Formats: sequence, structure tokens, C-alpha cells
Amino acid sequence: MDLFRSHVLVCAGTGCASSASMKILEKFEEVLEKNDLQKEVKVVKTGCFGLCEAGPIVIVYPEGSFYSHIKVEDVERITEEHLLKGRIVKDLLYAESIEEDKVKAIDEVGFYKKQQRVALRNCGLIDPEAIEEYIALDGYRALAKVLTEMTPEETIDVVKKSGLRGRGGGGFPSGLKWEFTAKAEGEQKYVACNADEGDPGAFMDRSVLEGDPHVIIEAMAIAGYAVGADLGYVYIRAEYPIAVQRLQIAIEQAREKGLLGKDIFGTGFNFDMEIRLGAGAFVCGEETALINSIEGKRGMPRPRPPFPAVKGVWNKPTLLNNVETYANIPQIFLRGPEWFAGIGTEKSKGTKVFALGGKIKNTGLLEIPMGTTLKEVIYEVGGGIPDGKAFKAVQTGGPSGGCIPADYIDTPIDYDNLISLGSMMGSGGMIVMDEDNCMVDIARFFLDFTVEESCGKCPPCRIGTKRMMETLDRITEGKGTLKDLDNLERLAENIKASSLCGLGQTAPNPVLSTLKHFRHEYEAHVNEKKCPAGVCQALTNFHITDDCKGCTLCKKACPVDAILGERKELHVVDTDKCIKCGACIDKCPFKAIIKK
Amino acid sequence: MKSIAELNKIREEALESVNLRKDRKGTRIVVGMATCGIAAGARPVLMALLEEAKKRNVEHVMVTQTGCVGACRLEPIVEVYKEGEDKVTYVDMTAEKAKRVIADHIVNGKVVDEYTIGAYEK
Amino acid sequence: MAKDIFTEENFQKLQNVINEYKGKQGPLMPVLHEGQKIFGCLPLEVQKKISESLKVPLSEIYGVVTFYSQFSLEPQGDYVIGVCLGTACYVKNAQPIIDKISKMIDTKAGETSQDGKFTLVATRCIGACGLAPVMTINEEVYGRLKVEDVPGIMEKYL
Repeated sequence: MDLFRSHVLVCAGTGCASSASMKILEKFEEVLEKNDLQKEVKVVKTGCFGLCEAGPIVIVYPEGSFYSHIKVEDVERITEEHLLKGRIVKDLLYAESIEEDKVKAIDEVGFYKKQQRVALRNCGLIDPEAIEEYIALDGYRALAKVLTEMTPEETIDVVKKSGLRGRGGGGFPSGLKWEFTAKAEGEQKYVACNADEGDPGAFMDRSVLEGDPHVIIEAMAIAGYAVGADLGYVYIRAEYPIAVQRLQIAIEQAREKGLLGKDIFGTGFNFDMEIRLGAGAFVCGEETALINSIEGKRGMPRPRPPFPAVKGVWNKPTLLNNVETYANIPQIFLRGPEWFAGIGTEKSKGTKVFALGGKIKNTGLLEIPMGTTLKEVIYEVGGGIPDGKAFKAVQTGGPSGGCIPADYIDTPIDYDNLISLGSMMGSGGMIVMDEDNCMVDIARFFLDFTVEESCGKCPPCRIGTKRMMETLDRITEGKGTLKDLDNLERLAENIKASSLCGLGQTAPNPVLSTLKHFRHEYEAHVNEKKCPAGVCQALTNFHITDDCKGCTLCKKACPVDAILGERKELHVVDTDKCIKCGACIDKCPFKAIIKK
Repeated sequence: MKSIAELNKIREEALESVNLRKDRKGTRIVVGMATCGIAAGARPVLMALLEEAKKRNVEHVMVTQTGCVGACRLEPIVEVYKEGEDKVTYVDMTAEKAKRVIADHIVNGKVVDEYTIGAYEK
Repeated sequence: MAKDIFTEENFQKLQNVINEYKGKQGPLMPVLHEGQKIFGCLPLEVQKKISESLKVPLSEIYGVVTFYSQFSLEPQGDYVIGVCLGTACYVKNAQPIIDKISKMIDTKAGETSQDGKFTLVATRCIGACGLAPVMTINEEVYGRLKVEDVPGIMEKYL
């Protein structure tokens, strides 16, 4: 392997790849060759750096210069100035990395400072398509240690001692799951990885698979050894083509190097892996539905028990963990379970990856120790709410979670705290809402999702969520009554209690948590027939403020002649005629038209 | 893969290539690569440093470039920053001299006095 | 639209795929994925062929095909426009964007336009939340969208 004096890392995660980062990469290779630098400077395609808001991202080492929003046209300048002459191109740097004229390295800017990267430790650092780079950073050493020095029982003990809990949703202790599978009766066993990341707004599993696919292979092989399985299935959603491709490459490389296959490390342990693709069904993220889908059936859940640890894929004992859970495993063995258990809170150990999105400055992926407060995440890592708006709530746990209002912003994030607030950890989506978001509308949005994705097997979920949806529709149209609110609550409790799988049991959470924390907004919709945030169309009217200069642009744009007023005079909206199409808002140069 | 030794071998071979991104400690060798440095022949010096460092399998060493330090007449200039030690500045470098710097200074920890700026100025 | 997908060549390709997966456990899903790639969709004719070769009842295959949203019984438009309605995009106003496109091509979400040129879909989160709101037209991704940007982007395809 050759040495280079400088490395140019180009993010090829889905976020950056969507904004032409692959063209930037090609351009770098072209320009470097033109300048005869290809032997001194190495261009590396990496996984997601996490700060997607700033994408496409390019990082130049050894300086750690963090270039953001890079365009193909900028490549020549970076090459000529930085790589050739050693002058960092300051105006292209991520704004926060310059302070008092001093250029800060990437790990010192606010977004990264509070983070502690365990599951994401290699993302954005290594080339995911080069097994050597993974090995260079201690890759497969944990597997070697486990296979040569430890018994399966000792291996399970380490996971138990670490306190690791499942990162996919429920937070079940991983070590216990491993133990159940190991103790289950049967000659043939399987391990499986749940990469059917379906929660809208969560993309950490994709990032791990795209940025560090070998960590999953290594962890699954360790798990295979611990429970006595020789085959691992990875179930990935088909919407993640880059992740599928990188994992496929990684599996082939591992086979080539003999890290998958027969007699690994000469210990007689055999292990191989297969990828199975999902086909766009959210419910397949539920473990028994996922197993049905692997078997080629409709992805509907099975009643539990029997749990997958006893009867899983092809009715054989199967250990099923999610991507982020596996991504923690090799580090736990290398640095010891005590180290891992030293991070986080009493009952939630280690770190958690969150996908931060919505009304927040630094959207992207972050990994923080459990117990970090919501405030630290939103204001320090996330950089606060843009455009000077007020923070209203944060939604965690996707369609299974709930909305946490601003009053609880000092709550340390862990499994149990989130549940006590009526939300949950889920897979780690974190969507920030500001004053312009209507909480009834948000609840309706998530419910719409579950109604659509309900598999239809059990009536509480299939029929119940539909009825809740109809009630919410009535409320957002101004036809709701106070009795509707009570009915919603009762129906929600019943669905929670009687649904077959996790999808149904948690589907009412978005409604219940908003009813609990934002009941006044529901009441405004019902009693005053008003949407305080101005979102629900049937309940909002258009108004023209004093900022109107009488330019008549809106009047001309209105398709139904609902705007009255003469040139240079304040205009007025005739709310009876107005169809709320919004054409006037688009046209007004003074932002004088508001929804109320 | 049949043994841990095999894994370690790959690891060692690949380590240097990634260390650049991870390791901010260790030794830094900085080559002046402004117009003056390049004109004076800094590029072959840099290549020699990289090749020699690789050949001798030195760990925790980073070869990097910098701009003009203002002493253009002394170029090519190579500066060595070892952790916890004073900076050593080598001047009027060539590819041959560069190899000796790696061998004596980086590997064996002995500063090559005759190439340093102090010796040159006398 | 009149494009004939039931060519002998396509059926031969399908047969090759079936042969590859036949011996393995749980071959149906991979075969359906490949079949959709070959034919562009999975109409009954294709399902029958799979049923005969894999010895899986047609009813079961039909059940699987209709369960998963990625499998389609009918051919899709030349351009598949996907507007992400994941949470991050939704809170950043993706709804007006899909409404605007729907108006422009006179096609409701989930349907294909009369001339077979466009299929408009409201997609689940594609994971590019940092660029919200996002839409895709075939392989191209357009991020940080505003309603005003839509006509300019659509111009290329109309």
C-alpha cells in the first residue's frame, strides 16, 4: 500500500451522493492527474460524515479541513490552493470551522464536539469498499479474539456485561437475546440482521452499511459463533441501493480473505452471509414479519411466543439484531464490556445514533452518549432552530413514538425517560418542530403512515387506526367535537392493548402523546375552529398585513378574484371567495400575506 | 484467513494509509511546497520522504506540506515535529538527504546536524 | 405504451434467474425482484411463469406481489417521479410540491399519466433528510426544493 501526504475524503453517503458528490470525486481524480499529484494525494470515497446539511462534504487530511457545500467547479481551486500550495481555501470551509481567523479541525466544530462515535466510528473515515482500511483500524480483531480465546458462553457473557440493549426499537437487552438463541434446541441456527430501516426520518442503519459495512459482517460472525449459527441473513430494504451494493462488495472481500467461509482463523468455525431484499413494506421491520419476508411470504407478523430465538427463519432458532446494535459489538470486545458500560446512564449503556431533521440548523446524523439532554442535542449539536422561530416539540421514535414538548427539554435521553414521556427511542429518528407546525396535523401525518402500512392481519390495527384517522380528519376540518377527543383516547388505549405486533401496539403513540402534551391545540381546532399554527387548510384564512404596499401583484395572481384593493392601497382578502391556493403568497414581494 | 498473524500483517500494511486521517499525534514531517520550494526541487524530496518512510515501515509519521516560510533561499526546507521535542529544520534538501533524515532522525532519533539550518548558516 | 414486454428474450432471462435460485431456500422474493427488473412490472403472465417453474401456487405469488409496495402489476411511466413524504420532508413542506407536480402533469399521486410518460409516487423516506424536501425523477435526485423550483425542473422532462 502506498503512502500519501494528503488524503481527500469525499462523502458518498446517500445525502451527498444526491447532490453530485460522485461527480466531485471524479473531478478530483481528473484534476489531480492533470497536476501530477496522483501519487501524493489520495482520493477516498467514504460513508456519511453525518452533517448532511452541509453536503456535499469534502475533508482534506492531515489538516482535517472541512469543506462544505462543495460544487464541481470548486475542485480546481481546492487542488491548486490547498493541495498544491498548502493554503486552505477559507471561503469554502464549513462556516463554523473558522473562528477568529483560526481554522479549526473537523472534530472541534460544535456539531462533532459533543459526539462520541462508537457505532459510527469508521463512517466518513475509511473507504467502505476497501477491507484493508477496515482491518487497519482494528477490523476483524474482535472476531479473531473471540474465535481463538473465548468460548461461546464467555462471548455471550461479555455482551450481557456490557449492558447493550437493542438499538432498533424496544431496547431489549441484547445479551439475553443471544443467550436465549444459544440455549434454544436445534442443530441448525441462524443469525439475522434487521436492516429494514423504515421509520421516516431515520437513516443511521443506512449510513453504517454504506460507510462501514465490514463492522456488520464481523459482528454477525461473532454472534454466529456465540449462538452456534453458520449462516447470517441481512434483510435490507430495497430503497437503499448503495448500502446493498457496498455490503455485497464487503461480503465478497471478506470471503476472499477467508474471513467468511470455512475454518475461519483455523479454528474450525464456519460462517457465511446472504443478503435478502425487502420490497417496500414498513411492517417487515417487525421481527416476525421480517422472518416471513425472508422466507418469501407476505410480510405479516406471527404471534409471539414462540419468539424468533426459538422459532425463527425456517422455524429454526434465529438471533435477530438491528444494524446499529451489531455495529457496537466489535468495540465491546476490543475495549471491554466495562468500558462500554461506563458510557451512558444506569439502565441505558453506550451511545445512540440519532438522525436529526426537521426545523433544525444542522440536520444530519449524530452519535451521543446516552443521557445527553435533548437541549444539548438540539442547541449544541443541532445548532438550534433556524430563522429565529420558537422551538415547540421534538418527535422521537418515528410512527411508534411521540412528541416531546419544550418543557421537557432538559430530560436526559435514554430508553426509560423517553417512554415515561409517552414517546420511545425507536430507531433514532429525531424530528424538530417549531411554532409553524400543527401538532394535530403531525399526529395525523404519522397515523396516515400506519394506516397505509398496517398489514391488515389483526383488526385492532387494521380497523382501529383507520377510525382514528377519520376522527382526526374531522378535527382538522373543523368538524370535530370534544367527545371525539375522548373517543380517540379510548380507541388508542384499546389498539395498544390488543394489537398483534409492535407496529399496532405503538401506532397510537403519536396521537396519545400530542393529546397529552398539546391538548390545547386539539381544543382550539374543536372549540374555536382554529388551527393555531395555520397549517390545517380548512381552518385557516388568508390575511394581508400592513406590510402591503399595494403593488397589485397578488391581485393579478389570484385565480378567483378574491383580492380587493386599489393600486398603492392596502389590499384585502375576501375570505368567502378565497380557495386558499397560495398563489398570492408566492407572488407577494413584501411577505405581507399570512395564514391565520 | 487461517491465522491472526495474517490479519496482523494486513493491518500493519494498511495502517499507515489510514493513520493520516486518524492520528493527529506522532511525528509530522512538513515540506515547504510553495512556488519557491517546488522550484528548488521540493517535490522529489517529498516523494523520497514518502518512499523511505514506507520502506522502513515507520509508524505514526505523517508527511505533509506547507506553504512558504519566508526563507526561500534555503529551500527545499523540511521541518520535523516530534511529539515533545523541539522542531528541527532541515534546509537545502535533496532526495538523498531526505532518505538519511528518515533513517537517522525518524527511525533512530538522531538529528542529522549537518543538514540543519544551524549548520548551514555557519 | 404499446411497448411489448412479453418478448421471448425477456422470458428466457426470467428462466435463467429462476434456474439460479431454484435450489435455494426461499427463492420467491429474489426472483420477483429480478423479474420486475426484466419486465418493468409483474403482470399475471409473468407470475404464472414463475408459479409453474418454482412450483409455488399462483395465488400465493399474487398475494406476495400485491403485499409489497415496490412490486407493480402494471407498467410504470418512462419517468417515475418520487416525491419524498417522509417526516423530515413533510415538515419542510413537501406536500405543496407533490400537489404542484400533480397539477402540472395532470396525474394523481400513485398513478401513471394517460400518455404513459410519468408515474407520480409519494415515496417513503429515502434517507436524504439533510436535503429535505427531496424528490427523485428516475435516478436523479433533487434536494432543498421549493415549490417555485418545480416548473424549472419539470421542463426538462415535459
